[in-house]
Amino acid sequence: MKLTATEIEIAGILEKDARLTNDELAKMTDLSVDQINQIVKKLEDQKVIVRYVSLVDWTKIDGHQGVTAMIDVKVTPKRDVGFNEVAKRIYRHKEVKSVYLMSGTYDLSVQVEGQSVNDVAHFVSQKLSTIEGVISTTTHFVLKKFKHDGTIYDSDDRDKRIVVSP
Amino acid sequence: MVLKTSYLANHVRNLKPSGIRKFFDATAGMTDVISLGVGEPDFVTPWNVREAAILSLEDGHTSYTANAGLLELREAIAKYVDDYYCVAYDPEHEITVTVGASEAIDIALRAILDPGDEVLVVEPCFVSYAPLVTLAGGTPVIVAAEKENDFKVQARQLEDAVTERTKAIMICSPNNPTGSMLSKQEMEQVARVAKKHDLLILSDEIYAELVYDDLYTSFAAIDGMRERTILVSGFSKDMAMTGWRLGFVCAPAEITQGMLKIHQYAIMCASTMAQYAALEGLRNGRSDMAEMRKSYRLRRNFVVESLNEMGLACYKPEGAFYTFPNIELTGMDSESFATRLLHEERVVVVPGNAFGDSGEGYVRCSYATSMGQLREAMKRIHHFVDNL
Repeated sequence: MKLTATEIEIAGILEKDARLTNDELAKMTDLSVDQINQIVKKLEDQKVIVRYVSLVDWTKIDGHQGVTAMIDVKVTPKRDVGFNEVAKRIYRHKEVKSVYLMSGTYDLSVQVEGQSVNDVAHFVSQKLSTIEGVISTTTHFVLKKFKHDGTIYDSDDRDKRIVVSP
Repeated sequence: MVLKTSYLANHVRNLKPSGIRKFFDATAGMTDVISLGVGEPDFVTPWNVREAAILSLEDGHTSYTANAGLLELREAIAKYVDDYYCVAYDPEHEITVTVGASEAIDIALRAILDPGDEVLVVEPCFVSYAPLVTLAGGTPVIVAAEKENDFKVQARQLEDAVTERTKAIMICSPNNPTGSMLSKQEMEQVARVAKKHDLLILSDEIYAELVYDDLYTSFAAIDGMRERTILVSGFSKDMAMTGWRLGFVCAPAEITQGMLKIHQYAIMCASTMAQYAALEGLRNGRSDMAEMRKSYRLRRNFVVESLNEMGLACYKPEGAFYTFPNIELTGMDSESFATRLLHEERVVVVPGNAFGDSGEGYVRCSYATSMGQLREAMKRIHHFVDNL
């Protein structure tokens, strides 16, 4: 799909801050609100903008439980459909947050979230490794998230500048 | 023993303190203040640049450099100025690395002025220009850029101000505080005045990289101007390196050698670690610079539109990170506007007259602050203006 430079710019701006209103976007880009409405609608309709999300730091919430695991999965590709068929069988599980096809020593990188280590272990042994075509799995649990999607959790972003300067 | 009433030299005692200090003091102890009064980027220096300084310390580069600065850095500056400003300077004889562009301006003025020499200072401008001319023994002659021309000085105004004692024209484009940038054609007209009267141009090009719509032209790149231009720039604004205090000045060899004498006696050399950092910035900093530029442009548009929408007339500045809205509609002068806005809405702006009398009726709003802060600031200013 060919997009104009402006459409690409709008997608980039919204990717960084999805809460900007169309009025604000219009002011920032020197377009009319109508034009922005049209562009945003096009981006949404074409699924260029797939979804608007918030980055939540769940570790800040007392009593929150949950673990994330990154699982390296080796797969035998199937004739005609390659890795797609296996990937589909994996990503349909609601525990699975992301699935990427990788270059290198394994094939699919699968991110899984669960309430506990047991939850994830159960998913891996009962569901993931039993899928036809999955040869092996290596599970890595995430201990701490320092940076996610370009955002540093707990960064010291206080403004250190003096309040007025020439 | 009888002490003198004052030990201060007369010319220093008579020097007016900067009008900005007052606002800085006024904010002390206030909370929830949003400042649009800051003349520096909100970005932190890119990490690779900071890391280069750290590595230089680890490697033990803690001694002086050559007076004019690391030759490697001067070579990189020469390449940069050639690539982006299209002017060639000899790194060995025509470039000096300074403690910020501020020092560059100081040594340039001290190098060229004899007592009583006049310098045309285009206002509104950065607060140091006229005082530095005075400190260098010269006489600042203020040329007030007119609001009708969005504060772009006209050649005829300069022509009218030239006398037999005029030695140089001091100009900053894109400008602090107005954000205005002279077009190439306007620069050529200024250049004609300089050539006709054999004047130097002291060109403060610190905001050259922060230009949002048009291409930038350096004064030194104007036909025949390289020999009469002192090109001052630095890393503070485009590389977000204000606290490092690192600038440079390019000028024909004779002037550079004069400036270098002052620099070597007064300063010795710029900070070594800062020089290593700047070198990294010049080599690998273009993409960071482009990112910052992109972000400033969006914010500029947002602020200009928002100010106009609330009735504060604001032309669209071509560069730097300042907007300069007209506040005369409110019936207040710049200082009352800024003072009341601070106390009633806790938003800091700088009165336009802090940058010269011709800035009266205007305030400087910096957009070097996050979109979230700008959004809130615009809301508060709108509320303020609506309730007058």
